[in-house]
Formats: sequence, C-alpha cells, structure tokens
Amino acid sequence: MQHTTQTAPHETSHEHHHEDLGFWRTYVFSTDHKIIGIQYAVTSLAFLFFGFCLMLAMRWQIAYPGQEIPVVGKMLEAILGDTAKGGIMSPDLYNVFGAMHGTIMVFLAVVPLAFAGFGNYVVPLQIGAIDMAFPRINMASYWSFFLGCVIMFFSFFIPGGAAQGGWTSYSPLATTIPTDGQTYWLIGMVLLITSSLLGSVNFIATIIQLRAPGMTWMRMPFFVWAQFVTAFLLLLAFPPLEAAGIMQLMDKVFHTSFFLPTGLMVGGQVADISGGGSPLLWQHLFWFLAHPEVYVLILPAIGIVGEIVANNTRKSIWGYRSLVYSVLAIGFIAFIVWAHHMYLTGMGTKISAFFQTTTMIISIPSVIILTCLFISLWGGSIRFNTPMLFALAFLPMFGLGGLTGLPLGFSFADLHLHDTYYVIAHFHYIVAPGTIFALFAGVYYWYPKATGRKMNEFWGKVHFWVSFIAMNLIFQPMFAQGMAGMHRRMYDGGATYAGVLDPESGEVVGLNSFIISLNKGITHAAFLMAVAQLPFIINFFYSMFKGEKVDDNPWKATTLEWQTPTPPPHGNFTKEIVVYRGPYDYSLPGAKDDYTPQTEPNHK
Amino acid sequence: MDVPYTTKPRPDTGLYNAKLGIWLFLASEVMLFGALFSSYILLRVNALEGTWPHGLLNIPIGTFNTFVLISSSVTVVMAWASLKLGQFNRFKMYMGITILCALAFMVIKSIEYKDKFTHYEVWFNDPAKPSIRGHIEVPGIEGNPWFMTHKKLADKKIESIKIHPDPKPKLASAKQEHGGAEAHDGHEHGDHPPVQEIKTSEIKRLSAFVPAHSTYFAIYFTLTALHALHVMGGAAVMFYLWGPGAKMWKTDPERFTNRIEVSGLFWHFVDLVWIFLFPVLYLL
Ligand code: HEM
Ligand SMILES: [Cu+2]
Repeated sequence: MQHTTQTAPHETSHEHHHEDLGFWRTYVFSTDHKIIGIQYAVTSLAFLFFGFCLMLAMRWQIAYPGQEIPVVGKMLEAILGDTAKGGIMSPDLYNVFGAMHGTIMVFLAVVPLAFAGFGNYVVPLQIGAIDMAFPRINMASYWSFFLGCVIMFFSFFIPGGAAQGGWTSYSPLATTIPTDGQTYWLIGMVLLITSSLLGSVNFIATIIQLRAPGMTWMRMPFFVWAQFVTAFLLLLAFPPLEAAGIMQLMDKVFHTSFFLPTGLMVGGQVADISGGGSPLLWQHLFWFLAHPEVYVLILPAIGIVGEIVANNTRKSIWGYRSLVYSVLAIGFIAFIVWAHHMYLTGMGTKISAFFQTTTMIISIPSVIILTCLFISLWGGSIRFNTPMLFALAFLPMFGLGGLTGLPLGFSFADLHLHDTYYVIAHFHYIVAPGTIFALFAGVYYWYPKATGRKMNEFWGKVHFWVSFIAMNLIFQPMFAQGMAGMHRRMYDGGATYAGVLDPESGEVVGLNSFIISLNKGITHAAFLMAVAQLPFIINFFYSMFKGEKVDDNPWKATTLEWQTPTPPPHGNFTKEIVVYRGPYDYSLPGAKDDYTPQTEPNHK
Repeated sequence: MDVPYTTKPRPDTGLYNAKLGIWLFLASEVMLFGALFSSYILLRVNALEGTWPHGLLNIPIGTFNTFVLISSSVTVVMAWASLKLGQFNRFKMYMGITILCALAFMVIKSIEYKDKFTHYEVWFNDPAKPSIRGHIEVPGIEGNPWFMTHKKLADKKIESIKIHPDPKPKLASAKQEHGGAEAHDGHEHGDHPPVQEIKTSEIKRLSAFVPAHSTYFAIYFTLTALHALHVMGGAAVMFYLWGPGAKMWKTDPERFTNRIEVSGLFWHFVDLVWIFLFPVLYLL
C-alpha cells in the first residue's frame, strides 16, 4: 500500500486498547455507536416480535370471532381482566391490539431497527469514522427511545388498556375515548420523537463531518446515502407530529379543543368543551409526518438491499448516481404528498388534484430505484446465500407494494379502496415482505461483523422460504377482500356484513362467503409465519456461540466496514483509513481479486 | 480517542461539529414552531364570527418582556465576543446579565399567567345574554379563586357567585368584536360596572382564562409555555457554562468559546420565536 502524507484526523489504535470502562459503561450506558446500534436492534427486534404476537391474537378473532383464543386466551384473561373475559377478545381489546400493533411496528420496531439499529452500527464504519459525531447524544437518544418503549408497553396494563384510536390517533375519536391509554401513547410518542430527533441530528452531522479522507460524496456507499436522506426526513417531518401530539395532549389533559369542533356530540350529549377546533388539523399534521415516515420505513431497507446486491452479484450496482439522485428526489417530494391520505375528508377537488399529481411524480424516482436494482442483477454471477435470497425477494415484493399503491394515489379509485383491506395489503407488501425482508437480509449480512460468526445457512434458507410463502399467503388474499369492500378495522372480520342481501333484487351485496372464508386461510398462514420465525430466533442466539467462525471480510466485500477487525474495537479502525475509490469496485479487469476494497490505492 | 472536529472546523465544510449540530437542531425547531403557528392560523381562520377573543393580554407588560429578551440577545453576543478577545471577566458579566434577563422574563411571564388563572368569563344558558368577563367571588373561597369552572361550582353545590365585571374601556375600541375589547386590570381607566350576583343555574359555562377557555387561550398557553420551556432550558445551559462549566476556559479556551457560541445561537432562536409570538398573540 502506498504511503500517504494525509493524516487521518483521529489517533491510531494502540491508544484505544488501554481504556477499561467496566461492564456498565461498556455494554449498558455505552457511547460506542456499535453497542448502541446493537441495543437498538435487540430492543426493536423484541418489539417486532411483540407487535406480531398482537396481530396473531387479532387474526384469531378475525377468523373465529368470539371463540376463545387458543393457548394464550386464559393468560390474557389473567393479565388483562375483563377485556379478555373467558379468553375471548372483546371489541375494546381488539382496538387496543390494533392500535398498538400499528404503533409498535412502525415506531418501536421497523424504524428503530432500520434507521437507528443498522444506521448506528454500519454508517460510521462505512464512512471510516471512529464513532458518531456526538457519542453522548447518541446514548441519550437510545435511552429516550427505551423510556418511550417502556411507557408504551406499560400502558397495556393500566385500567382501560392502551390507546384504542388506531396508530393514526384521529381526533375526536382518540381524544374522547374515556380511558388514559391515549395519554400514555402521547407521552410515549413525545419521548420517541425526541429520540429520533437526537438521532437524526447525529447522523447528519456524522455523515457531513466525519467522512474519512478521500471519502467524497460520490464514493459513499448507497446505504449511507439512504440513511442521510432518511435522517433529514426524520429531522424535519417529526416536529409537526410532536406539535400535534402536544396539542392532543392538551386536549386530553387540559380539556382544550384544538381538534374538537363546536357542537361535538359525545355519547348523545353535546360535549362540555369550548369547541372551535379542527379535526382536519390533526390529520394534516399527522400525515405531514406519516407520509415521509413511509419513506423512513423503506429507504434504509433499499440501502441494505443495494449493499447486498452489489456484494453478491460481484459487480457494481447499476446506475449508482441515478440511485443517489432518486433517493434525494424522494427526500424532497416526500414533503408534499401527505394529503393523498385525506381524499375522503372533503378538502376539495383542487387540493386533491395537487396531491394526486405530486403522488404520481414521487413514484418516478421509486421506479428508477427499483429498476436500477433489477438491472444490477443482469449478467452477475449471483451467490444465492441467505442475505441475498432475502434481498432478491425484496425486489418483487416491494414492486408489488408500490404498484398497488398507484390506484390509492388517484382520488377516484381511492374512494372505493380507502380504509379497506386493500390498503392493508398494499402497505404491508411494502413494509412486511419488503422492509422486513431487507432487515432480515441485513441481519444475516452484518451478523458476522458484529459477532465474528456466521449464522447457519441451512436454517437461514428454511427461514427464508417458509417466510416468503407465508407472507404471500397472508397478504395476497387481502387485496381481494379489500376490493370486495371489507373494512380494515372490523372486529369480527366482516361477519356482520356476511351475505347481506339487497332487499329489492335479493342479491348478495354484503361480503360473500368466499371473501369471509379467506380470513381463515390468512390466519393459518399467519401462524405458519410465526413458526417460520423459530429457526431464525434459535439461529440468532445459537450462532452467537456456536456459529461458524469467520475472518474479517467473509463476504469479500469492498466497503470500509469490512476493513476493521471483527468485531471492531472501540474506535473501529486499527489502521489509518484513506479512501481511493467508489464503493462497489467488484470484478475490476486486471485486479488480483474479484473485489477491490475502497482503501486500495490505484496502481498505475 | 477523540472525535475529530469537535473544536476546529473541518476544512471543507468550515464548521465544527457542534455548530452544525445546533443548526440542524434549530431546523427541526423551526418545523416544530412552524407547525404550531400554522395551527394558529388555521384555527383562527376557521373560528366562528366573534368567537376569537381580542385584547385580553397586557400589551405594556408584553412589550417590556420583548425588550428584556432582545437585550439578552445582545448581551449573549457580547459574552461570546469578550471570550474571543480573551476577556474572561467581561464574559462573566455579560453572561450573568443574559441569565438575569432570562429570569426576569420568566418572572414577568408567570405574573401574566397568574393573572389569567384568576380572570373569568361566564356564558349564560340564555343565548340572548352576552357573556361577562371579570373577577369572581365564590362563597366559601377566600380571595380570587384559581381555575374555577362551572363543573366545580356544580360539584360543590354552590348556588350563586358574584362577579366584578371588567371596566369598560374609556375609548370605544375601533374593533367591533363581540364582547368588545377590554382594557386589562392594572391600567384601569374606564368606569367599574357594578358587581353582579349570578345564579349557578343560569350559567352555561364558566372558565378562567385557561387553555380550556377557548382555542385562542389554548394556542396562547401552548405556544408560550413551550417557549418558556425553551427559555428555561437555554438559561439552565447558560448558567452551567457561566458557573461550573466555565472551568473549561482554563484548559480548552477555544472549545469553551465554541460552547458559548452554540448556546448563543440557540438563545437567538428563542428570542426570534418570541418576536413572532408577541405580535401574533398580543397585537393581532
Ligand atoms: C407479518 C406480520 C404482520 C401481519 C400478519 C399484519 C397484519 C395486519 C392486519 C390484519 C392489520 C389490520 C388490523 C385491523 O385494523 O383490523 C394490520 C394493521 C396495521 N399494520 Fe400490520 N401486520 C404485520 C406486520 C406489520 C409491520 C411490519 C408493520 C409496520 C412496519 C405493520 C403496520 C401496521 C399498521 C400501521 C397497521 C394499521 C393499524 C391501524 O389501523 O391503526 N404491520 N396489520
Ligand atoms: Cu402517503
């Protein structure tokens, strides 16, 4: 390696090893980005599982309304009391589980895993930094998140249970439900928003300031770009929801009327409030966050897939610059599409037309991204290992989710599809077989870096194939149910409307028996999905101790995180990092290996 | 092992980390207050004819507080400049003044708040009868009751209360708003209308000037309380840097100066928010 006169800004390694911080400061109140990343990942994986279990119980109720929930029914009764009387799910409990499933999956599971978990672990390594720009703020961010999680979890056990107003928490519904669940939800959210704020400031500052010498913008791995844009979305879109949360908290606690209109009736009586508020205001503020939030859910996943595709096709990803510009374009346009969730609120045709247009425009960069990733496969000598299988499955699944979103973007089609199972199917194709598969891919891919051992390939493949089949069996039928008009928040899975006849013609205008019967199939597939996670969970823990030992760069990758010892020590790099080339120099003609790390100087 | 660019700017960006960090943080703060100001606009535009109260805040006090806060913005710059010139004692003085200004602002604000908590509006069941604003006397409670509501009156089975209506303003206000614009106590120029006795059974709603009074007071308290939290947060940090944190001047003067610069940037933002809040809530 040619010697360089450029001095890396950080000191070299031998000084790091003397630090001994003791157990608590090394593993619990750590300021090391890798430990914090792992803390985020483990916490959010636990909540991913918890959120999934809530849904399993709900799926049982949907398929077999009014029947005792098997295995856990009695336990729920013992813990939660009357809302699960006889082990049967009451409507209130269904609402609690539904609202908290959505909340947990989005805010406590997928975002913290994708953005904070992977981001913390991988981003500083990939740009050649010794840590995040503000290590202590990083720690504060995790603990604020953790406290938010505790409050959300604790709220299940208060009288009346957790929030019931859906993850969207529309007022007046969410405000007028007479239990305290919503108050806990709001306090929890304020903590989570604080955490994400601290995190996003940290990521942006880190990426701008701490890139190693030679790591120019266009040499950054695509994952770093995705995280960079995601951080901006979080930084600028979350505060309006925080404002809305504060106002709803005021409505709940100090009986203001920010979101409560004049003349509001509650339980058949005019509510004793000042009135004058606007329910639409909540929706605008909520979706101002929640639309960018879907890009927060998907961009890090796309970033992960980009890394894994390049590595396992052994060639550069196709159209790196197009990918980068597309991600940036998404970042900007994401702020002006929010009201496509509100076509049915009567905000007027002109406004609808505007948001319809921007929605169609934002689909262009998304299509470019997907196309680039697909073309990247062309002519590659693909290695079908577990991370690659998940990454490959991501592409068509995300594509399906995206394409089925187009009808929702047109206000006329949305009139029919809004709030049906079609919507559930659409966005779950994006987040479940989409993002979650990408996250699994990321876990399998970076696991060796974090632990020094590989996860078992055979069980990884079992995990993949069964999950892949189950996912599609779960969500594919929901498209049909939605188009038949099945509402997305029905406690009995639509049984009330089964076979309703038109009084004049005598034809079935309600949900026909085939549509209803799909509920059972979906629920069974969801149980299959649960079983499919067992190999993953066992593999995850077993491999920590017994997995195949690997060297520092088991996937023969080019990016900087593989230029460190495994697992990387405090301070990350043992040598000075200088970057000489782009992130994906695979199979360069004339190179000695089929991969050329970013630290490899150009030989003339 | 130190993170690079904590003190010295990175050459290609020209920023040290904390300065970039605070600008990013302030960007998010702009979005936070921006959302609240937008909400204000939406609520006000949507308000039914005559339901948006006017002239209930004390403009002279508000103006004075604006002045206090702007002064502190100047002194915080002087504090930073003193450090740049190496004059630590002058820094101590200017920073001290800044913190005192912050305290003064909070004290004045809390006097204003207290005033509102004991000032009432009563609406009647009879829709023809206009609401009355003023101070109330409730049997069994000494002095000005805080946070009284019609619900509490009913719960305590109180049959009637007395109200001292606010004086009519001397100059009939040009604004012909429902209820008229009233001068605030403390500068009462008009005549005092006679004390009235009101039966609880006639009252539809009774509320102090608290958030639940109207969406106007709701947004007033939300915005000013959030702003006050920022004032307190900023003051606490500056107090730390003035007191125990100032030790760093001896060991790492450049870094310490940067800290003052960053806290000053935050402080300017807090002032800026107030400069928007004042006209929007007090004058318009
Ligand atoms: C394979 C696992 C999953 C299954 C079987 C599943 C199933 C469902 C179903 C059936 C509903 C509609 C329930 C109702 O409101 O009646 C729902 C709602 C929802 N799910 Fe999932 N889901 C899964 C994973 C996820 C993930 C990974 C996310 C997010 C990242 C997510 C986010 C949501 C949200 C936001 C809602 C809307 C909740 C509301 O209406 O407030 N789900 N899910
Ligand atoms: Cu959207």
